[in-house]
Amino acid sequence: MSPDRIIRMANQIATFFETASPAEAAEDVARHINDFWEPRMRAQLLALPPASAAALRPAVRAALPLLRPPARPAPAA
Amino acid sequence: MKDFVIPDRRDMGTPEVRGGPPVTLSIDGFSVTVPEGTSILRAAAEAGIPIPKLCATDSLAAFGSCRLCLVEVEGRAGTPASCTTPVAPGMVVRTQTERLKRLRRGVMELYISDHPLDCLTCAANGDCELQDMAGAVGLREVRFEAGANHFARRTAEGPNPRWRPRDDSNPYFVYDPSKCIVCSRCVRACEEVQGTFALTIAGRGWDSRVSPGMDETFFGSECVSCGACVQACPTATLIETSVIAIGTPDRVVKTTCAYCGVGCSFDAELRGDELVRMVPSKEGKANRGHSCVKGRFAWGYATHRERILKPMIRARITDPWREVSWDEAIAHTARRFREIQAAHGAGAIGGITSSRCTNEETYLVQKLIRGVFGNNNVDTCARVCHSPTGYGLKQTFGTSAGTQDFDSVEQADVVVIIGANPTDGHPVFAARLKKRLRGGARLIVIDPRRIDLVRTPHVQAAHHLALRPGTNVAVLTAMAHVIVTEGLFDEGFIRTRCDTAAFDDYAEFVADPRHAPEATEALTGVPAADLRAAARLYATGGNGAIYYGLGVTEHSQGSTTVMAIANLAMLTGNIGRPGVGVNPLRGQNNVQGACDMGSFPHELPGYRHISDDAARAVYESLWGVPISPEPGLRIPNMLDAAAAGSFRGIYIQGEDILQSDPDTAHVAAGLRAMDCVVVHDLFLNETASYAHVFLPGSTFLEKDGTFTNAERRINRVRRVMAPRNGLADWEVTLRLAQAMGADWSYAHPSEIMAEIAATTPSFAGVSYELLDRLGSVQWPCTAAAPAGTPVMHIDGFVRGKGRFIRTEYVPTDERTGPRFPLLLTTGRILTQYNVGAQTRRTENRRWHDEDVLEIHPHDAETRGIHDGDWVRLASRKGAISLRARLTDRVAPGVVYTTFHHPGTAANIVTTDYSDWATNCPEYKVTAVQVSPSNGPTESQRDLAGQAAAARRILPAAE
Repeated sequence: MSPDRIIRMANQIATFFETASPAEAAEDVARHINDFWEPRMRAQLLALPPASAAALRPAVRAALPLLRPPARPAPAA
Repeated sequence: MKDFVIPDRRDMGTPEVRGGPPVTLSIDGFSVTVPEGTSILRAAAEAGIPIPKLCATDSLAAFGSCRLCLVEVEGRAGTPASCTTPVAPGMVVRTQTERLKRLRRGVMELYISDHPLDCLTCAANGDCELQDMAGAVGLREVRFEAGANHFARRTAEGPNPRWRPRDDSNPYFVYDPSKCIVCSRCVRACEEVQGTFALTIAGRGWDSRVSPGMDETFFGSECVSCGACVQACPTATLIETSVIAIGTPDRVVKTTCAYCGVGCSFDAELRGDELVRMVPSKEGKANRGHSCVKGRFAWGYATHRERILKPMIRARITDPWREVSWDEAIAHTARRFREIQAAHGAGAIGGITSSRCTNEETYLVQKLIRGVFGNNNVDTCARVCHSPTGYGLKQTFGTSAGTQDFDSVEQADVVVIIGANPTDGHPVFAARLKKRLRGGARLIVIDPRRIDLVRTPHVQAAHHLALRPGTNVAVLTAMAHVIVTEGLFDEGFIRTRCDTAAFDDYAEFVADPRHAPEATEALTGVPAADLRAAARLYATGGNGAIYYGLGVTEHSQGSTTVMAIANLAMLTGNIGRPGVGVNPLRGQNNVQGACDMGSFPHELPGYRHISDDAARAVYESLWGVPISPEPGLRIPNMLDAAAAGSFRGIYIQGEDILQSDPDTAHVAAGLRAMDCVVVHDLFLNETASYAHVFLPGSTFLEKDGTFTNAERRINRVRRVMAPRNGLADWEVTLRLAQAMGADWSYAHPSEIMAEIAATTPSFAGVSYELLDRLGSVQWPCTAAAPAGTPVMHIDGFVRGKGRFIRTEYVPTDERTGPRFPLLLTTGRILTQYNVGAQTRRTENRRWHDEDVLEIHPHDAETRGIHDGDWVRLASRKGAISLRARLTDRVAPGVVYTTFHHPGTAANIVTTDYSDWATNCPEYKVTAVQVSPSNGPTESQRDLAGQAAAARRILPAAE
């Protein structure tokens, strides 16, 4: 999956939660991604190179440590 | 084969009256008690005393024209028509006296004097009320000499000037004026039931005739071919061409329509195993005896010559297909899937359930994926339509479902239609809605396009908020702003029923001046005064009911819009009783059911999250396999993963993702990258061009099961004829699971429903026995609600307290600019359905044989485009060509088309932008440019060429 798409999807989620409840945005973003993203998508988000990760909105970056790490290494994408 | 035959199909003469105080009277010496306001005709019918009648029927208001239902009432002068005379306490009625017999015979004699006596060769022979009544009144002679009449083609003096030829312009029924008795039932059905007002009685007295439009043909008039007139006609004047061709049916099987989410109940009328006609069931609770042109007439695809009846396989998608046995096809598929999993991991395959198949079939496909494939890579077409409804309503109310039944609309005072076009997409609901609007309810339409409901005979919307595509959230939040800042909200409801902290936060949010209609006007294009007036009307006009469609969900803020709708309903207390509610109009016949049955990659049946250990344990113990607690891939994610190489095999049941999903090039690239694509469908659809295995599917006429409609109503689908392809779809999935090592055994879909009921709390009380007994049931159907739940959230929300959620408007990334200055939005048309695989293979194509681009005359003029010209429609994704239609139904700056025809391939131009929460594609907003063109674009020609090559089938090697 292209990193651009992963970044765009994550940022879209953050955009909603930042405005819906700014205080809890990071937790909400993490919960949403944990609930709806297949492990290899989460793995890809967690493994974004720093240059790409810079494009993530603050709420996504704050959510990264709260993401459930995929149980097994994702197949090469 | 066990048929379900309706015990009672009697015509009671006039409509049922509900709720009046009881009135007792005597009819022919029998005491009868009926609600006040009931006609004598109906009261007699209820007492088992049918009074002869012609112009009366229980689907229409009494008319009193035929003078056959005359009765005598003690103490009253004359012989009143029993259809127009209401009952009164103590009334003494005689239905059969010498005087009445003489009068009725005289009336019949007059009728018959102007009616041809070709009964033996008439298509209605044996099914003709005129014939029945002639018998009932004992008509033995017609004393009138042959004279002026309407039925003889020629008279002694030459051609009969009163005779008119048969109108067979409509492909599904004929109109033969020579057999008409001018009872007006067809005209009244068109007005009262369908609300189209296409028919009238032209002329007076002897010149009276049924006339479509201004003396036009049926096909040329504004007739929408719903068939209500045909159903109402007591003679052969309006009759189905199928009855003319075959003869009268002798057997009835009750079933459910397989088109839109209204889920109409039908009586399939057969002779042997040949379907003669489909007649909507009067007792059908979704449709109440009405239907549209698709459900009633467009079933010929089931026997279309292009239907594939044998399984086929091929090694490469560039090879021609090779017909094989079911055993070989199943074994081949199972082997390929297991090989892929061995090489690339358990998660390298997945599947798509069908919103056109039954609940039982859908349940089995998700069971196959979760229990046999061993992952959660299951998704369904709801991904691309109502997945935001699932998410948005779950967050606010606690469950993903419409809150009402369709009967509820009869009690609505203000109806808000958002991003839906019911007269085209959900025509039977639209007919019921229009009836209520004619009765006085007021209408607010929020749609970029001037849909028919904005102004149609005897209906005019109080407000049409013609917003710019993509600004739903801004408009709905502005409505909430008006309701909150003007103090129009229902404080009592909010304090008792909703999370008050969330409300306080929300109220503070919407009260911000940046959400005022004046502030958003420039952005949305909706005049602030109109928006304020609409918000006030919804908040204060009585029962407010919101109905919405894909114009809400198919946006990058689809889920946010659903929440905004839920917020509005909670703000105004319009939840939890008849006449109000939040009602998603579901697109496909069983899209509600497909969602209910666990088709989403994050949810088990009954909307239980896959990480819920207790819910997983139910299935793990029953199925004897572990279930992954991780959400699986959604359709767009599957395609992305395929392009990246980690997803390589897919089982697609009854869904054409290449035509229906956005960004065709992206879908094609994903499919092309896979090693084994299995398409299970009726026809070689567009997706099948990329398939390695084709498993022929069965139609809704060929299997047992259930569909769940937009009002959560579980309706039975009954087998009308044997599957022409040999196996019902559930049997195919069953065999595939067995070939992959599962020890499943089901002998009948009722056993699958028993498993669903045993494992899904909201379906706990559902069984085929219950459905046979009650006809249908709305889930939740549990011990607490054994007959189902017509209205949800009555005493409390499913989640406890209703939750208000902030809905900030975020513009989509899809922007207009100098290169792509127009916004394209897409939709449906009445006669076609979804990708058109079914309806294109019926005579419905005569109404709509190509997709056209609606463009405002101003936009057309500046581009040098004339009506009917070929135009090129280009977006950042691709370009197609189609013909232009100039119309002011779309605002300047907006263009519109449908996606029913694969040749158009409208999804070449749509983008891969999607809803933030669910990845539901943003079909409704694409920045485009339109320019003159000479014909199809290169992409369209490539697709068509590729599809033609991919459909080659080798002769069977036998």
